Amino acid sequence: MPGPDGADVTDIQASATVASVRVAGGTLRDDLRAVSIVWRRELIRFGRSKLRIITGLSQPVIYLFVLGTGLSSIVPASAGGNFNYRTFMFPGVLAMTILFTSIFSAVSIVWDREFGFLREMLVAPVRRSALITGKCLGGATVATAQGALMLVFAGFVGVPYSPVLLIELVLLMALTAFVVNALGIVIASRMEQVESFQVVMQFVVLPMFFLSGALFPLNGLPRWLSVLTRLDPLTYLVQPMRRVVFSYVDVPPDARASLAPDVTWFGWPVPVSVMVLVSIALGLAFLGVAVYQFSKPE
Amino acid sequence: MEDSGQPAIEVAGLEKRYGDLEAVRGISFSVEPGEIFGFLGPNGAGKSTTISMLCTLVRPTGGTARVDGFDVMADRTEVRRRIGLVFQDTTLDDYLTAQENLRFHAELYGVPRSIVGSRLQEVMEMVGLWDRRTHLVRTFSGGMKRRLEIARGLLHSPRVLFLDEPTVGLDPQTRSHIWDYINVLKARESITMFLTTHYMDEAEHCDRIAIIDHGEVVVIDTPAALKASVGRDRVQLRTDDDEAAIAALGERFGLEATVSEGEVCVQVVGGEEFVPRLFAELGVPIRAVSVARPTLDDVFMRYTGRTIRDAEASASERNRNNVFVRAGTRRG
Repeated sequence: MPGPDGADVTDIQASATVASVRVAGGTLRDDLRAVSIVWRRELIRFGRSKLRIITGLSQPVIYLFVLGTGLSSIVPASAGGNFNYRTFMFPGVLAMTILFTSIFSAVSIVWDREFGFLREMLVAPVRRSALITGKCLGGATVATAQGALMLVFAGFVGVPYSPVLLIELVLLMALTAFVVNALGIVIASRMEQVESFQVVMQFVVLPMFFLSGALFPLNGLPRWLSVLTRLDPLTYLVQPMRRVVFSYVDVPPDARASLAPDVTWFGWPVPVSVMVLVSIALGLAFLGVAVYQFSKPE
Repeated sequence: MEDSGQPAIEVAGLEKRYGDLEAVRGISFSVEPGEIFGFLGPNGAGKSTTISMLCTLVRPTGGTARVDGFDVMADRTEVRRRIGLVFQDTTLDDYLTAQENLRFHAELYGVPRSIVGSRLQEVMEMVGLWDRRTHLVRTFSGGMKRRLEIARGLLHSPRVLFLDEPTVGLDPQTRSHIWDYINVLKARESITMFLTTHYMDEAEHCDRIAIIDHGEVVVIDTPAALKASVGRDRVQLRTDDDEAAIAALGERFGLEATVSEGEVCVQVVGGEEFVPRLFAELGVPIRAVSVARPTLDDVFMRYTGRTIRDAEASASERNRNNVFVRAGTRRG
């Protein structure tokens, strides 16, 4: 059984001592480094895709200014007085920005799988939970940044640039981004190919968007639709955003009642704090499922 | 080496079954530290499944495997720390620069920050990509990507580097460059290399080769011994006087020559060594000489009784759903 000859081994040993490196092995510090680098990769990639940032803005802007303006002309009767319907839509459009950007980030795992990069991550000596957490936080950061860009338009739709309001909105958007990214990663773990993205858009993203009350008030709906809106995780994120916005604008009381009705569970009006807690719990649950999906041994 | 005497890779009765399909059927072998060990066989023979099990990406359904002394099932993290991987398909992020890809790897493998910079430069210089470090990987050619992957596989100073078909899909010139790097590597780093290939000429670079077919190791030996077992090289001559040449070959070398397609053919052991003697001693002017070495088909035929082309055709039927780690990463 031939091995390398003796002389070579000695030479090689010397260089090995110099080059020898301690390598990660499951300590908390290693996992945090993994979370951090996966997170940073998302940011680098996002910062480099200017086109994606611009197209990511165009859709919400169209909804807000085209659809919003169009709807304004038919809505005033029910909304009462001179209330601007675009103000109503603004939080919905923020949620839309977060939703679409987040799903896109999360589903990029399928691209990573297709182009092999996922394997580079999965064979590393770090916990899968660290990789998935980094991916989720990275995608959430990117989506929140994209959503924050939308805040520039607040003034155009009658929402004041109040620092406290903006901070509250950013926090709620970050929560939304976290929940949707975690959900998106769960979906991505089951997706075999990039082409399925259309299916996800049609059967997950668009229903979530329309059922959340982003575009219309969850008020006086038929029972079946009313039930569906309450099953949509996004509902519990859009409604708090809308409450926050409405607390900073002057809305006639009857318009407030019809545009931002309470979300009820069997007649109980769900407070904003509970909606936020529900969302945090959902986000963590999705993240747990995502980690489980990616940790299953083959 | 603190653990001298312990094999770099030790495999006993290793097995992988997917339902009814036996992808790997109880193989055993061991690889010595510092050795370049090649797995040679047709596509679908079980090469990639074996490499995936050794890399902890696929769980064996039977047998044991230890890498640098650690069990691939029980000590997955320990194994992963000690191995570098260069996959058949690229696993780089096209939208990051070369340097960013390597930094990503360094962070995931916990390479100390103080040495990341110097180590990065070292491995990138080794594969000749230091000047391109700030370029996006998507601008790289196939060969450059493979070199970058080799650099990345070495970044954390693994004890064993796994290369799954390191040159597949590359043009011949690039293939030979990759081999230059692998040989430089062998000289510079204290590293064991385990590679798979279905090119016989590449197997020549290995210290030892295992031929694998239908999930079984058919034979393990040095390339020279394998080729010798196949038989002799074929030396073909064009001469000014074929009849005189044939007579001289019989008289001076004791070889029986034949003429085919206008060339004089003889079968000899060690054809390349034979050529200088031929010029010195034949006594008939020689216009051209060619030496044909045993091919993969010859070696494969010798041990399996069929050609590699046939083997690949039937294997692709058999293993349609079973190619590589893809299965592993699909399900995570």
